[in-house]
Amino acid sequence: MAMTATGVHHRSYTSELRLRATRAEYVRLALMGVLLVVVPFVLDNYWMSIANTILIAIIGAVGLNILVGYTGQISLGQGGFLAVGAYTSVILSDRMGLPTPLAIALAVVMTAVVGTFFGLPGLRLKGLYLAIATLASQQIIEFLIRRDYGDFLTGGLGYINVERLGFLGFQVGGRDVFERQWYVILAVLAVLSVVAARNIFRTGLGRSFMAVRDQDIAAEAIGVNLTRAKLTAFAVSSGFVGLAGALTAHYSEVVSWEKFTLEVSILYLAMIIVGGLGSIAGAVYGAIFMTLLPVVIRNVANALESVVPFLGSQLPAVQNATFGLVIILFLIIEPRGLNRLWERIKEYFRFWPFRY
Amino acid sequence: MSTLVAVLAYGLADGAILALAALGFVLIYKATSVINFAQGEFLLVGAYMFYTAFVVMGLPLLAAVVVGVVVATIIGVLVERLILRPMIGESPISIIMVTIGLSSLLRAVVQMFYGTSPKSMPKILPTGSVNILGATVPLNRLLVILVAAVVLTAFTIFFRRSRHGIAMRAVADDQQAAMTMGISVRRIFAMAWALAGVSALIAGVLLADISAVDQNLAAFGLLVFPVVILGGLDSVPGTIVGGIIIGLLKQATASYWDPGLATVIPYVVLVLILLVKPYGLFGETRIERV
Repeated sequence: MAMTATGVHHRSYTSELRLRATRAEYVRLALMGVLLVVVPFVLDNYWMSIANTILIAIIGAVGLNILVGYTGQISLGQGGFLAVGAYTSVILSDRMGLPTPLAIALAVVMTAVVGTFFGLPGLRLKGLYLAIATLASQQIIEFLIRRDYGDFLTGGLGYINVERLGFLGFQVGGRDVFERQWYVILAVLAVLSVVAARNIFRTGLGRSFMAVRDQDIAAEAIGVNLTRAKLTAFAVSSGFVGLAGALTAHYSEVVSWEKFTLEVSILYLAMIIVGGLGSIAGAVYGAIFMTLLPVVIRNVANALESVVPFLGSQLPAVQNATFGLVIILFLIIEPRGLNRLWERIKEYFRFWPFRY
Repeated sequence: MSTLVAVLAYGLADGAILALAALGFVLIYKATSVINFAQGEFLLVGAYMFYTAFVVMGLPLLAAVVVGVVVATIIGVLVERLILRPMIGESPISIIMVTIGLSSLLRAVVQMFYGTSPKSMPKILPTGSVNILGATVPLNRLLVILVAAVVLTAFTIFFRRSRHGIAMRAVADDQQAAMTMGISVRRIFAMAWALAGVSALIAGVLLADISAVDQNLAAFGLLVFPVVILGGLDSVPGTIVGGIIIGLLKQATASYWDPGLATVIPYVVLVLILLVKPYGLFGETRIERV
């Protein structure tokens, strides 16, 4: 174990490459595992649906963090990429009759390709210019799915009803088991995504992403192929986002353009900002926090209905105001998000009774 | 011919308002290098402030304008002081996100106080129409163009001639050099936000007068991005040219081709400009080869 009283010190390369360096991290892993298993036995259907939404959000947020947090390429096009994943998967599975897992896999590939295409401006643009370019790509994709030229996407309805998920002879059941079965599927995929993302950053490719973020000219000088690194980051990130989009479609069983607006892009950005840029754990915390926030506000407002009727009658506005306020406060008070906050709490107790 | 004249009138009116909204955006970017995603919400807040003073409190027009300007200035300064100043030195991602958070907050606050239904406001500009070359053009559009032209000229003279305007340009050019000349950079930052608030107020009131006082005013704000990218992010004349081009293009697409497409065509232009000439028509080119 590399843990000492003064911090984590690695004494060999194998130790540094290991995902977990301390005993506490194994304990945390075990606790997370237990939590994941216990959840479906404790929660009712309503809270299970929220748990499922969180799991999908985790996949999307992890994907976005690869691009924004690790590679430093800001993207406001998340909603558009989710849409690409959702529509591709649904059209391939329901209309073309492909098996759903294959359709989802192809949707991931498709979103990666589209993401790479919209990443092309990123080769020349940085920071705010890239943000504006991705804003434009979001608006264009949103317009295309809303307008639906030639009724190719929705057949003139404006939305697509998605068949209940089934694969390899297994079929997701009705109301009583629906959420729990989905929970298992989504939990497996979310865990796989988190593990995959965590491992990317142990490879040369992942390190090149971080080099591009920290100082692109220096990265180029030490032999990182900038073009390749940036485009791969867009592709990998969009792949995750496409998976999240496809899962949203099959889980909610209806696809329409309202689910993929600029607000969704902003919500995902808020998740990784609040969670912590450039940290996989942060993306997970952020996805949980931002998904639970409106739910908690709604429950609080309902509970206080009799005392403060204002809260209930202005619920959407209160939710949006809190959303904005949370982003602002986090950026001003703790720009590195929940992840850093958690680390600070741990340090406080580790050094107690000393300040540092 | 008559369609052309109508397109020109409507397009120029839209473009003039866009230029005003974009002016505030460029002021903030030039002076403080902050990308303000809340510019549309500044329009919204400005219009609702004016509505409150003019309709709810029943003040005469001139007093309502003064109240609006004062409130817009205060909001601009407060935003700079409370939200953007602690963010100095943070990454562009954080700064963009903080203004996105601000936009969400401002919109929600307006919704809390005024609800989502459109408010009716007596028209300030005359509503008649005039006949130009066989086309019936509403008079208020022409007056919008006139008002915007006057305001934009006033701003331009302010930057060219007044002490504060020159100080602002100095800060935009080089903050440290400006500080050594005894210019208070903090005051200039506050002033940039205050002026942005005022120009957004004027744009918001004009836009509300030709459409309605409702939440959709904020959506207009996103169109600022195509305008400033086309004109160049740090160029004041660029915003005017960019605003007019985008306004005309939108109206031309709407009347000759497809009204739905008109909402997205500015973004297509935006992408093309970014690919071909990323610093816009009048922007300062900062070449950095990697």
